Amino acid sequence: MASTLRALLAASALALTIGSAEAETLRLLTWGGYAPEELIKKFEAENPDIDVEVTLSNNEEMIAKLRATGGTGYDLAQPSHDRIFAAQKEYRIYKPLDLSKIDTDAMTPNLLEGVKANTTIDGEVYAVPHQWGTSGVMANMKETSGVTGFGDLCDPKYKGRTSMRLRRTILLGTAFSMGMNPFELYADKAAYQDMLDKVTKKLIDCKPIVKTYWTGGDDLSALMLSGEVVVAETWDSTAYKIYNENPDIVFVPPKTGALAWIDTFAIPRGGEADDAAYKWINFVLKPENVKIMSASTGAIAAVPNGIDLLPEDKQKAVKAAFTQADLDNLKFFANIPPGLEDMEGIALERIKAASSE
Amino acid sequence: MGRDAGKLSLTLLMTPFLLWIGLLIILPQIGIGYVSLREKVSYDEFHYGLKNYVDFISEPVYRNTLFRTAWMSIVVTALALVVGFPVAYYIAKIARQKSRAALFLMCLIPLWVSDLVRAYGWIVLLRETGVVSRTLVALGIIGQPVEMLYNDATVVMGLVYTVVLFMIVPLTSTLQGMDDALLEAGYNLGGSRLTVFRRIIVPYAMPGIVSGCIITFMLTAGSYLTPVLLGGKNSSWFTEQIYNQFITRYNWEAGATFGVTLLVFTSFVVWLGLKLTGQSLATTVAKD
Repeated sequence: MASTLRALLAASALALTIGSAEAETLRLLTWGGYAPEELIKKFEAENPDIDVEVTLSNNEEMIAKLRATGGTGYDLAQPSHDRIFAAQKEYRIYKPLDLSKIDTDAMTPNLLEGVKANTTIDGEVYAVPHQWGTSGVMANMKETSGVTGFGDLCDPKYKGRTSMRLRRTILLGTAFSMGMNPFELYADKAAYQDMLDKVTKKLIDCKPIVKTYWTGGDDLSALMLSGEVVVAETWDSTAYKIYNENPDIVFVPPKTGALAWIDTFAIPRGGEADDAAYKWINFVLKPENVKIMSASTGAIAAVPNGIDLLPEDKQKAVKAAFTQADLDNLKFFANIPPGLEDMEGIALERIKAASSE
Repeated sequence: MGRDAGKLSLTLLMTPFLLWIGLLIILPQIGIGYVSLREKVSYDEFHYGLKNYVDFISEPVYRNTLFRTAWMSIVVTALALVVGFPVAYYIAKIARQKSRAALFLMCLIPLWVSDLVRAYGWIVLLRETGVVSRTLVALGIIGQPVEMLYNDATVVMGLVYTVVLFMIVPLTSTLQGMDDALLEAGYNLGGSRLTVFRRIIVPYAMPGIVSGCIITFMLTAGSYLTPVLLGGKNSSWFTEQIYNQFITRYNWEAGATFGVTLLVFTSFVVWLGLKLTGQSLATTVAKD
């Protein structure tokens, strides 16, 4: 009996070693929803020698993780386009992309050029676009009227019924709503600090109006769907998902311009499966796969007809939210110069620590 | 020969403990201390010095958060003692031998569920559209739904709930060792209930009280989930700022500085607490 067991163990151990020698593993570091099960199955069926492993994360944690490991442990990461330049300069966590291996013709030309311009260091390109979306506000139309942007989050009319996320987006959004343009001040630290001080004061005064600061999409959905909050800062993709459950809640692109982000593909410096990573990039940009991806993320793919490839209900939500003028008025996040995030961080902490009521 | 064997078994027994302390506690602390002395000049260029600590002291937000965290942790510790002492006394002295195990187990049950789930449990109960608020409205006790989350009282309550067990366990085991004859002698000599409590029970339970307070204080000051989830917009907790420095702002140097500061400051508070109450670790926790 014991010897049978031992033989069995030995056999399975052997099988395991052989198995791992044959199959390559593609370790993705990405956002929730960016690696739907359906696509992973399809990809593994097309490439039987590749196993896909997914780790879900966000911009800050992606950089922190890759920094801690010196860029090893993952084969493909998906940070936003404005978070690559400084992180790469400072921590050297990515490796240059071989654009000849990527089907760049499938991507929307202006998004591709934008990301390339933002992520080129010493002539090497470090990222290409995957999906884009915007940050703005959403409002419950039954309970609000005339919501036009980030400024409405501090309207005393909605005391105790608004919510925002205490991260850099709200600082920038509030600055725009106060008539300033933070992206133009990026180069001038003193002017930027001056702007931050004004925004900090505004958001501290606003604190009694805000019910709570949300921290994630689920948190925000619960607040909106329960009716506890009627106006909130949001990612458009979260707003579209909520629109599906309650069509009174719509995304409002701020009059001052919705803040647009592009999530990208970047290969960590210690990535061990570059070919598999390139295969995955080209795979998810194929039109039939874009549809599945967008259904899962709610974001728009960086392909020329991205909006048409959204599922029907989300197309409706996008069209309910955006006019062509809104789309032309998008404000893409500019590269963050080093040092700015420290200034923003302390502003955010001052707001959080300020007492209200 | 016999002595060598004894030595060997002692070494073997101590090895896991020493490895654990050395590799998982002392080494990381040294690393944190080292990083906290590093000053970033520019990309990959560092100086060494105390600038991070100076920055910490000169920024009121951080200072105040640290004091606030320490103060609220003291409140939580005191409340946990007030809540935990009667429970421990009941389990150790009043309950019958048979039911003791069952009572103890009941205290342990909340620990079978993870911190995160317990915090979400509170959220489901206390939010504006939550169970408690709805029930009160349905019963006609209040006219409007009321928000019970996102304030300091909720945070303190949630923390007391999380840590009270760590107060009860040491108290119970200390009180169990107390001979009932001591109490009877006290009463026989004409002591009132209060006198007996003050002069006999509390001094006897002191080792339990001290170790319970140290554990709960340290756990509270170092907790992360409960204050962040229940506290909402006004909950600045020091651990959250450490997280922010490391993760959101990529500023490991400042994060490490905060970590060292928290350790030193909470140790100082414990030391101060022992001094003020005239206790010392040698006569309480380490007493035979």
